[in-house]
Amino acid sequence: MSASIMNNLPGILLIIVGVLTLETHAQVTFERLLNSSKEPQNWLTYSGDYAGHRFSPLDQVNTANARSLTAKWVYQTAATGKFETTPLVADGILYATAQDNRAFALDARTGRPIWLYQHQLPSDIRPCCGRVNRGLAILRDKVFLGTLDAHVIALDAKTGNVIWDVAAVDYKQGYSFTLAPLVVKNLVILGVSGGEYGIRGFIDAYDADTGRRKWRFYTVPGPGEPGHDTWEGESWKIGGAPAWITGVYDPGTNQLFWPTGNPSPSNRGEGRAGDNLYSNSLLALDADTGKLNWYFQFTKHDEHDWDATQVPIMIDSSDKHLIAQANRNGFFYLLDRTTGKLLSANAYDRTTWSDSKDAEGRPVPNQQSSPTPEGRTVCPGALGATNWMSPSFDSRTGLFYVTAREQCDIFSTAPQPYEVGHAYYGSAYFPSDKAEPYWGALRAIDPTSGQVKWEFRHLSPTWSGVLSTAGGLLFTGDAEGNFIALDALSGKPLWHFQMGGAVYASPMAFAVDGKQFVAIAAGSSLYAFGLP
Amino acid sequence: MEKLRTAEDNWDGEESASLCSGRLAHFRTECRRDCPAVIECSTLRCLQAFHASGTLCYHARNLMNWRKFLDWFPVSMVRAPVLLALLVSSTVAEEIRNPFSADPKAAKAGEFEFRINCAFCHGLGARGGGRGPDLTRAHKRHGDSDADLFQNISQGIPGTVMPANGTNGQGVGMTDEEIWQIIAYLRSAQVQSPAKPVGNAAHGKELFYGDANCSSCHTVEGKGGRLGPDLTAVGSARTVESLVESVRSPSQRLAWGLTESTKEFAQEYETVTVVTPDGQQIKGVTLNEDQFSLQMMDTAERIYLFEKDKLRSIQKSRESLMPAYNPTVLTDNDLQDVVAYLLSVSTK
Repeated sequence: MSASIMNNLPGILLIIVGVLTLETHAQVTFERLLNSSKEPQNWLTYSGDYAGHRFSPLDQVNTANARSLTAKWVYQTAATGKFETTPLVADGILYATAQDNRAFALDARTGRPIWLYQHQLPSDIRPCCGRVNRGLAILRDKVFLGTLDAHVIALDAKTGNVIWDVAAVDYKQGYSFTLAPLVVKNLVILGVSGGEYGIRGFIDAYDADTGRRKWRFYTVPGPGEPGHDTWEGESWKIGGAPAWITGVYDPGTNQLFWPTGNPSPSNRGEGRAGDNLYSNSLLALDADTGKLNWYFQFTKHDEHDWDATQVPIMIDSSDKHLIAQANRNGFFYLLDRTTGKLLSANAYDRTTWSDSKDAEGRPVPNQQSSPTPEGRTVCPGALGATNWMSPSFDSRTGLFYVTAREQCDIFSTAPQPYEVGHAYYGSAYFPSDKAEPYWGALRAIDPTSGQVKWEFRHLSPTWSGVLSTAGGLLFTGDAEGNFIALDALSGKPLWHFQMGGAVYASPMAFAVDGKQFVAIAAGSSLYAFGLP
Repeated sequence: MEKLRTAEDNWDGEESASLCSGRLAHFRTECRRDCPAVIECSTLRCLQAFHASGTLCYHARNLMNWRKFLDWFPVSMVRAPVLLALLVSSTVAEEIRNPFSADPKAAKAGEFEFRINCAFCHGLGARGGGRGPDLTRAHKRHGDSDADLFQNISQGIPGTVMPANGTNGQGVGMTDEEIWQIIAYLRSAQVQSPAKPVGNAAHGKELFYGDANCSSCHTVEGKGGRLGPDLTAVGSARTVESLVESVRSPSQRLAWGLTESTKEFAQEYETVTVVTPDGQQIKGVTLNEDQFSLQMMDTAERIYLFEKDKLRSIQKSRESLMPAYNPTVLTDNDLQDVVAYLLSVSTK
C-alpha cells in the first residue's frame, strides 16, 4: 500500500462509514458503555453515563442559539397514560419504550419507525402507578426490557424480535418492572416494583446472552441475614423495599449504587417495628455477585411513602469519591461512596417531619410527623419533595439540578390486612384544606454545601427530570406541557415550546450527522428538537 | 414484532362457532390494546366494545362456546355478570349486578380500596370532599345502578374530573373484583332515606335569578352569567356543607391546588389582575395559564389571551371575585332555599 493511499485512508474510511452506518451499528460493547463520554452523539444508558449525571457533552445547541430551537420531528405512540421513557440512541437509531410495554426503534434523524414491539400482558397485572415504563438498556445487538408482568426480555436491536424472555417472579403477587435496566459487563440489572403490594423487594442480574439469572439481592433480609432483626415478626415477608429506579455503576470499584423504596405498608408503621432495612436505602453492591458492601438508610421505618428511588449521582472531586441524592423526603444527602458514610444532609424543600439529626447527621422524624387515623399534615406530601424524575449534574457549573415539588398532604392511617396481590397502603392521604396551591421548582444545589443556589419556579409540580448539556443549558418540562431550555448558571429561561401534553419523563440529547437533537416524551408523543 | 390490529380487523365478517372460541381468547388481548382511554381494560368494557362492534360471534345458540369463553376469565367473581351480559346482548349494562352485593367482608375490603383510590376527592367515609360528590346519597347524577357505578369507576366520567380507574396518578389501578368491592362498600355507606333537603326550592330559584344576584355570574340550565362556574350539576357534585361554605366564604376552596388528576380542568376561578403594555388594568378570572401564557375572562365576560412577558404586571389572588354572602346579605333561611334549588335542579 503506497504512502499516499495510507494518508488518504481516514478520508476514504469516513466516506465508507457514512454509507454503511447501519452496518456498523448494533455492536454497543461494554467498553463503549464505559467510555460513553467519548461518543457524545450517542445516549447509551438510562442516565446517559454510568455516573448518573444526565449530562450531554454536546454543545452545538447552546446559550447563544437556544432561542432558535425548533421541533424537528414528533413520534406518536397512540398509547395513553403516563409516557415516562428516556430513549437510547446508538449510531443514528433511537430505541425507546412506551406505555403497556411497547418498545420501538426509530430513525433518529426523522422519527420514522424501524420496528415496533409490544409485550402481551395478562389482564390481571398490578402496576401501582400506571402502565408505565422508563426505557431500555442496550448491549451489542440486543436491547433489554423489563415488563409490567415482571418479565425480562431481550429484543434483537435490528428487528425487535424476541431473543429471550424470562419471568423473574410471579406478577400476581404484585411484582412488576417499570425501570430501564442497566447493563454492566455481560449482565442486565433490574430492580423490582411493587412497594404498594407487600412484595419482598429484590435486585436481579441476568446473563445478557441467555437470560439466565446470575444473582439476586433481596432488599429485605431473610432469617439469619444481617438486618433481619429490623423487622417485627413475619413482617419482613411482605416488607416491600422495591428498587424501581435505575441505579449507577462505578467501574473503579466494580460497584453498583442502587436505591430502594418504601417498606410495606407504605403509610402504617404498626406491625413492622424497627428500621425496616433495606427500605429507603442506598445499596453498594458488587456488580459481579450482588453482594452488599455497604448501605445507607435515608428514612428509617418510613410511614410517608418516601421511597429513596431517586437516581443517585456519583461526583468525583480531586481525591474524593462522593455520591449525592436529592431524596423524596426533602433532604439532599452527600455520602462518601467508598464507605457509605454520610457527609451532609440539608433540606432543599419544605420539610416539617424532622427538626433534629442523629449522631451520624441523618435527619430524624419528630413526634408530629407520624400518621394518625384522623390525619396529620406533613411536608413534603406523599409524592415527595421529588420523585423518580431524574436529576442532573454538570461538573462545569458544579451544580446538582433537581425537580422539586412543594406539596403537603394530610396523612391518615388505618389498619389493613394483607392480601396477596392487593394494594397494601394502610392509609389514605389528602390535600390539606389550608394548603397553598401546590407548586414546583427546578432547583440548583451546590452539592458541597447543600445550599440551593437558585430556583426556577414552575406553576405546578412537574414530573419532568432535568438534562444538562455542555452548551451551558438545562432542559426540563412542565405539567402544563412546556419544554423549556434554561441557562445552567442562572436558571433564566431561554426558550420554550408548548407540546400539548404533560411531561412525565426526563430529557436526553443526541446527534446524528453532526446535528444535535434534544428529546423528551410528553403526552403520548416523543418530541425531538434541534436548530433550524 | 407484532402487527397492532384494531378490533375491526379481527371481527369482520361471518363467524363460525368453531372459529369463535379461539378468537374470543384473541379478543381479550386485542380489546385491552384497543381501549383508547382505559388503562386497565375491564371485562365489562371488553364486552361492550365487543358488542358495539356489531360482530358478535357468539350468539344464544352457541351457549357451549360461551362457557368455554367464561372459563378463560381467571377471576370467578366476574363470571356471573359476564354471563348475564352475554345472555342479554342488547342491554349489557343494565343487567350487571355486583357479585358482592350485601357481602360485609367485601364491603370492608372495598373500604380499604376506597381510602387508597377515592378518598382523595370523595373524602373519608365517602361523604364528599372539595372535589368529589357525597357518594352516600342514594341518587347519583351519573347513575345509581351497579353497572353505572362500575362503568363510572372503570372508565371515569367524561366531562368531569372523575378519572378512569388507574389513570389518576394517585393510588393504584383496581381489578374488576376490587371495583365491585368498592361498590359493595358504597352500598353499605349509602344513606337509605336521605333527609329531604329543607328549604323552598321555588323561593331559592327566585333568589338565584333575583335579589341574591347569583345569576349575574352563574349559569343554571343554560341561563345566567359566565364568570363563575355553571351550577346546574353542583348540587350532586358537592356536599351541602361545601355549597354552604362556598356561598359564605367563596375564597376557601380556591386554596385547593390542582393535582395531576384535575389538571385538564384548569379552570378554578382564581382572580387575576393584569396591566397591559399600554397601562390598561384588567381584572377577571383565570381560564387557564401556563408558565408563558394566560387566558382570562374579565368581569364583562370578555376573553383575553396574553403572553405573560408582554404584560406590565400580573397579580393573582386566592381571593375569589365572588362576594362573601354573610347572613346579613343572605339569611340562613334564604341560603337554605338557594341550596334547595341547586339540589332540585341537579337531581332532575
